[in-house]
Amino acid sequence: MTTAPLPPQEGAPDPGATPSKRRIGVYVCHCGGNISDYVDVEQVVAAVKADADVVVARDAMFTCSDATQQEIAQDIAEHQLDGMVVASCSPKLHTLTFRSVARRAGLNPYEYTQVNIREQCSWTHTDDHDGATRKALRLVRAGIAHTRLSEPLEPTAVETVPRVLVIGGGVAGMRAAVGLADLGLEVVLVEREPRLGGWVARLGTTYPHSADGGDLVLRLDREIRRREAITVLTGAELIAKSGTYGDYQVTIRTEAEPITFSVGQIIVTTGFDSYEPAAGEFGYGIPGVLTLPEFTSLLKEGDGPLTYEGRPVRTIAYIYCVGSRGEEHAYCSRFCCSAAVHSALLAADRGEEIRQYHLYRDLRTYGRNEAMLTESRRRGSLYLKFADDQPPSVSRDGDGLRVTVRDLLTAGEEVAIAADLLVLVTGMLARKNPELIGTLKLPIGRDGFFNEIHPKLRPVETVVDGVLIAGTCQAPKTVAESVASGLAAVTQAAAVLKRGVAELDPQVAVVNPSACTGCGVCVDACPFGAITLVGADGAAVETEPALRTAVIDVAGCKGCGGCAPVCTVDAIDLRGYTDAQVRAMIDGLLVGAAR
Amino acid sequence: MVQRAASAIGDAPVHAPRVLVFSTNAISDPGIDLAGSSHMHYSPEVVVISLPCTSGVRPGWILHALEQGFDGVFIAADGEECGYLPDCTARSSRIVQAAQTLMAERGIDGSRVKMAAICSVCAEPFTRQVRGFSESLAAMEA
Repeated sequence: MTTAPLPPQEGAPDPGATPSKRRIGVYVCHCGGNISDYVDVEQVVAAVKADADVVVARDAMFTCSDATQQEIAQDIAEHQLDGMVVASCSPKLHTLTFRSVARRAGLNPYEYTQVNIREQCSWTHTDDHDGATRKALRLVRAGIAHTRLSEPLEPTAVETVPRVLVIGGGVAGMRAAVGLADLGLEVVLVEREPRLGGWVARLGTTYPHSADGGDLVLRLDREIRRREAITVLTGAELIAKSGTYGDYQVTIRTEAEPITFSVGQIIVTTGFDSYEPAAGEFGYGIPGVLTLPEFTSLLKEGDGPLTYEGRPVRTIAYIYCVGSRGEEHAYCSRFCCSAAVHSALLAADRGEEIRQYHLYRDLRTYGRNEAMLTESRRRGSLYLKFADDQPPSVSRDGDGLRVTVRDLLTAGEEVAIAADLLVLVTGMLARKNPELIGTLKLPIGRDGFFNEIHPKLRPVETVVDGVLIAGTCQAPKTVAESVASGLAAVTQAAAVLKRGVAELDPQVAVVNPSACTGCGVCVDACPFGAITLVGADGAAVETEPALRTAVIDVAGCKGCGGCAPVCTVDAIDLRGYTDAQVRAMIDGLLVGAAR
Repeated sequence: MVQRAASAIGDAPVHAPRVLVFSTNAISDPGIDLAGSSHMHYSPEVVVISLPCTSGVRPGWILHALEQGFDGVFIAADGEECGYLPDCTARSSRIVQAAQTLMAERGIDGSRVKMAAICSVCAEPFTRQVRGFSESLAAMEA
């Protein structure tokens, strides 16, 4: 796309920048149109090409692609770059990708700066292309200013503890525990309920392989008991977490005394809650109106003709998307269409003469589950589609139920169904767990489930280092999908812990000893005890301020920077966010101000 | 406080105040990202510098931003969700107060700096806050 030309003062080289003899490469991403549909990427590149210290500036359709990574690496070598700016998506997505590119090409990874021109520019200014282009240029110039003052940093290597805390003993957590133990890691599996198994333990036949949920959990339970490396704590909860990446101290409240373990990684698999309709919602509360989990339990009982409260069931109606895709819960739970269709097949097994009517908004029986839908239709299930704004109505009809719907597939004709049972096809809700969220600082998405960094690129990692998520605490999932994500978390945790060492972020606070007056204010400001006052010989001292200097332990410092503003003589800087860098970024954001 | 001139781009928001936001990598920045992912709109004159924690903002940075040409500084604080410091809100408030003292010494209106807690999913609150802040800054110029 093109926008109006940048104002001359913005398009001109950055006049405020003092050349620093750095050699910086700048790469601006189109993100396949996600950025370049709204930002004139070529104009941004053209504008910064002549900026001080910029040796090479290019645009790329996808900077994260293998081909562009290769080009960047070649540029680093050919142009002997000592700084790199990538302007693309949020730093949450590809900072590690481009640090790795830098490292491979011989550039220190901390001399690269990520600039967010997608989430914080193109996507939020879709209504103002010129404004988005001007802003992208300002953001890139701030990135260049930051890089100009970057310094090579090396992570601190710390030994990791080869033990993983798994929180939640449902099928995802149980399978993860087995997987971790088989890779030679110790596991502490914590379950709040008195026994393992979660929702799956209560399920009868599951799809697509007709495995029994109870049997599945029993098999996993047996596997867990066979492995000495797994410690199971039921009726237990995490109540505290401290320590540093790779060596966390976690305290578990048990029925006896609290127990503290050292663990290297934490996997959260705390599961979901099922949507509970309000009284009267689609007739919920009338005898014969059941939620999907209640119907599943009914199917699990016995194997003869299907009955409900002593009466034979001859007609079943299903209403899909109950509690889903509305104002309160806007998302689709995905699993429930397939689960309802599967339940209809199980009901048909109990009597082929049972009439079954499925009232749906949209059907999402993805992948192999489509075959179940075909099979259910072959066995007599009828599917009626209703409009979003014309949901079915439900009323009592003698001893039974009357379900009325306007069927879009028969030109909006009103259909009345006399049913013995009505199944409300309910979805999954995020489980409320404020204590755990508070303890682990877990990020929550718009739908209330825990948020991964990226659903495809980093699907089980969270923004909290060392804390992984899997199973249905992350999003609605089937049993198979929950197990798969549990195993993904196993791989991720083991990739860190099997190395035996983890790298701590080197972007920590540092004291300028010549400026430090030894007043000790910073010591009180650090809740992690990472700052000590030392004398000339480096030993901790309690003497008059003039004879001592603050020293920061790089392994103990969390890199929050909270000590820097309290220093009365500005003797503390946070690496990667130094006073000079932030001031230069502020200036960069104002280059060519069109005022 | 800022000398204004017509922009070279005809339909550019000439009077849109320039706002610098200090966000945090783990909490408020994901909330601001979410506003973008949700295509919520606010002025492109709002730009963000992300830090580990707003307790690390130096009062001098706020003053520097205002003296160099920003019309307002918005601190998107972690509030109670800060992963580092349990007293983050109190610390960040003290930083804002210290900045306002410096601003007062230079005759800069203290309401040009604003702080609000922005969580990792606070897309709508962030959008509302910066829009309101931009409007109040524009009103100060009128």
